[in-house]
Amino acid sequence: MAEKINQKQNFLKGIIKDNPVFVMLLGMCPTLGVTSSAFNGLGMGIATLFVLLMSNIVVSLIKSQIPSKVRIPAFIIIIASFVTIVEMVLEAFIPFLYEQLGIFIPLIVVNCLILGRAEAFASKNTLLSSIIDGIGMGIGFTIALTALGAVREILGNGSIFDLRFVSEDANTFILFILPPGAFIALAYLSLLFNKLTLKSN
Amino acid sequence: MEYIIILIAAVFVNNIVLSQFLGICPFLGVSNKVSTSVGMSGAVLFVMTIATLATYLLHEFILVPSGLDYLRTITFILVIASLVQMLEIMLKKVSPPLYQALGVFLPLITTNCAVLGVAILALGLEDASLLKAVFFAIAHSIGFALALIVFASIREQLELANLPKGMQGVPINLLVAGLLSLAFLGFTGLV
Repeated sequence: MAEKINQKQNFLKGIIKDNPVFVMLLGMCPTLGVTSSAFNGLGMGIATLFVLLMSNIVVSLIKSQIPSKVRIPAFIIIIASFVTIVEMVLEAFIPFLYEQLGIFIPLIVVNCLILGRAEAFASKNTLLSSIIDGIGMGIGFTIALTALGAVREILGNGSIFDLRFVSEDANTFILFILPPGAFIALAYLSLLFNKLTLKSN
Repeated sequence: MEYIIILIAAVFVNNIVLSQFLGICPFLGVSNKVSTSVGMSGAVLFVMTIATLATYLLHEFILVPSGLDYLRTITFILVIASLVQMLEIMLKKVSPPLYQALGVFLPLITTNCAVLGVAILALGLEDASLLKAVFFAIAHSIGFALALIVFASIREQLELANLPKGMQGVPINLLVAGLLSLAFLGFTGLV
């Protein structure tokens, strides 16, 4: 039973207590770069979730085989292989998303969130814990990206998931689709997140 | 003329940090002092230029002729990671003062997505050549340096400001970065 509670906390920590974006500030480049719409944020979140989960599984399985001196290059190779898979799958099946995410797909390799979890968690814990950690962190990241994308899309384009709720010629707050909007929207989202978590403590 | 346009576009119009969102981690992480941000900028200039040189040659003469273009991501990150290690060892031997200045920043650069990002973007340049790719990398690292140093100067002043509790730390830094990015948006249409 103790094991079970432990795993539940392990799962939840990635979403709230150690949220990769709002608390740990990992993976900020894709967070800011691709979230001009909720769909792009969700797509990037899921792609990252997949790479994070797979790299956590592989790192956790072969952790005893990797000499500790070359562990970082080894982790990078593992991550880069899965990123290449994601790149090819997206290009073949969802070309629209592939074009939207552009350079940020190969850049999943250098997303510090993935390398960080491989180094800090998967290389020290069991397979099951690593899987749950990967899913929890990945979902936390996906929620943050989708939320940021949704805020920017609602304010900047008057739509959500491409469903418009204002008329075609309505004036929207275009700033939020543009680069400065990413910083400003994330600033206020993390302020809100701080406020909510401070209150619950 | 073409090179001047590349320079202005990279430094002001499409600033790598403020409008392309590459290298945000060091931008937020090592920007609390102007002196450290100058050191980081120097290290990025150094690594980005050499990494782009190496990856461009690798892509042009090994990957494309042998049809292995899909291995781009893996090979580039490997080359960059080993290059950074090599540079660290070489600097230590050849130029201890430079190592003193840049040493601590070098390991951090492996996971700086600006380096990999520029190496990949340089491949997509219009009628690309080696010289152009290297110049492109230099121009982007100047843009990185400009954004980082300006941001660090503002943050040094911010330390004296009296902020509400929830606003301290991350939110105010992001807000400042947003305003800075808004200022750079003013350069749109320059080239």
